[in-house]
Amino acid sequence: MIELKINKRLHGPEGTMNLQFDAKIKEGEFVTIFGTSGAGKTSVLRMLSGLLSPDSGRIVVGDAVWFDQEQNINLKPQLRNIGFVFQDYSLFPNMTVRGNLDFALQKGQSKTIVDDLLDLIELTQLHDKRPSQLSGGQKQRVALARALVRRPRLLLLDEPLSALDMEMQAKLQDYILKVHREFGLTTLMISHDLIEVIKMSQRVLVMSQGRIAKDGKPADVLPLGILKEMIEKGGI
Amino acid sequence: MLDFEPFYLTLKLALTTTVLLLALGIPIAYWLAFSPTRGKVVLEALIGLPLVLPPTVLGFYLLLAFSPENGFGRFLETYLDIRLVFSFPGLVIASMIYSLPFMIQPIQAGFRAIPRNLIEAAYILGKNKRTTLLKVILPNVKNSLLTGIILTFAHTVGEFGVVLMIGGNIPLETRVISVAIYDQVEAMNYSQANIYSGILLVFSFLVLLGVYLINNRTVQSSYPV
Repeated sequence: MIELKINKRLHGPEGTMNLQFDAKIKEGEFVTIFGTSGAGKTSVLRMLSGLLSPDSGRIVVGDAVWFDQEQNINLKPQLRNIGFVFQDYSLFPNMTVRGNLDFALQKGQSKTIVDDLLDLIELTQLHDKRPSQLSGGQKQRVALARALVRRPRLLLLDEPLSALDMEMQAKLQDYILKVHREFGLTTLMISHDLIEVIKMSQRVLVMSQGRIAKDGKPADVLPLGILKEMIEKGGI
Repeated sequence: MLDFEPFYLTLKLALTTTVLLLALGIPIAYWLAFSPTRGKVVLEALIGLPLVLPPTVLGFYLLLAFSPENGFGRFLETYLDIRLVFSFPGLVIASMIYSLPFMIQPIQAGFRAIPRNLIEAAYILGKNKRTTLLKVILPNVKNSLLTGIILTFAHTVGEFGVVLMIGGNIPLETRVISVAIYDQVEAMNYSQANIYSGILLVFSFLVLLGVYLINNRTVQSSYPV
């Protein structure tokens, strides 16, 4: 179980906003955070991973306290063992595909996981290529594999597929679902693609103005009227 | 017979200054690029001073500071038995101060241009700041490092005012090439001055040519295939 109860005052281009995020996520769940840009979605992932400190609240993962403002606990990102996939892939340009995965290995960890992951994402043949020689879809698969090297329990995905074309998105969605199941992960993904959310998530947290406005199954909480409208307009 | 000592001394000075300043410049540039402290602008301004001050001003104050007549110089001489004025170590320190902005500013700009996500990705993968600096940040600012190294080296080869103020004109100790040229001209020995100057000119050109060749190659190879 992951308990998130965080408050943070955020200063954005549209002024100041109070982010208040309060949710419990079950182990093994695939949860999507859905919302317009500026709703505070990325900040939630950044606070969960330790890249941003909340002003107050608590983050408890399993029986470990990662953040507790009252007890002055704030675990460094290095100690949280999270898999994080950034929207822009953030692969290290100076390393090969294999180098990117090797870099993630912990001291003493067996290298077999790197081979297994390269196999899983079907990039074994491209293992000695640099990120600049890969397509967007390939880059994102490497980023996904790199995030899994340390065998995290929690996978965070920040709009991982938004820069890809539809066909590649569908393929990558399958990869993500596959690793979610095979690695027994709890996954938290940010997305504002309705089809993607419906396809992938068991639960959706709809965020608006820094708060969770709705929480439930995709069919129950998503504004599917918009989807209908988009289909009618030929947007999809 | 042409005396090559000033060349040897100049190269020794430039190499020593560059190596030491690189080791010192990386942590300073890192702090300037990533620290949220507002007070760092004071240090930035101090480091930039050699860009605007005449070298003689810098040399004059260093001369006062290093002089055994004054506090700091006296302390060095009394307790550590070191005399920096009119000595090679003194020249190295003066050159390092004089070339500070040439080393630090390119590296700092390189650090700032690194996408924040790359650094954060390394942290999330469990890597500490030191590993992130060595394995992620530095390899991705190679061009900035190279620029800092070359500028510092070339700047040291070409310095005159600071050297003359702090080092004087002692053969084998402080008589670098720029001082030797000045010396020859003063002695109306134009042919010697001409040879020294010509060698320095060709050398400087070749160094810069090398830099641009390397830079050009890295830029081309970084395009996606």
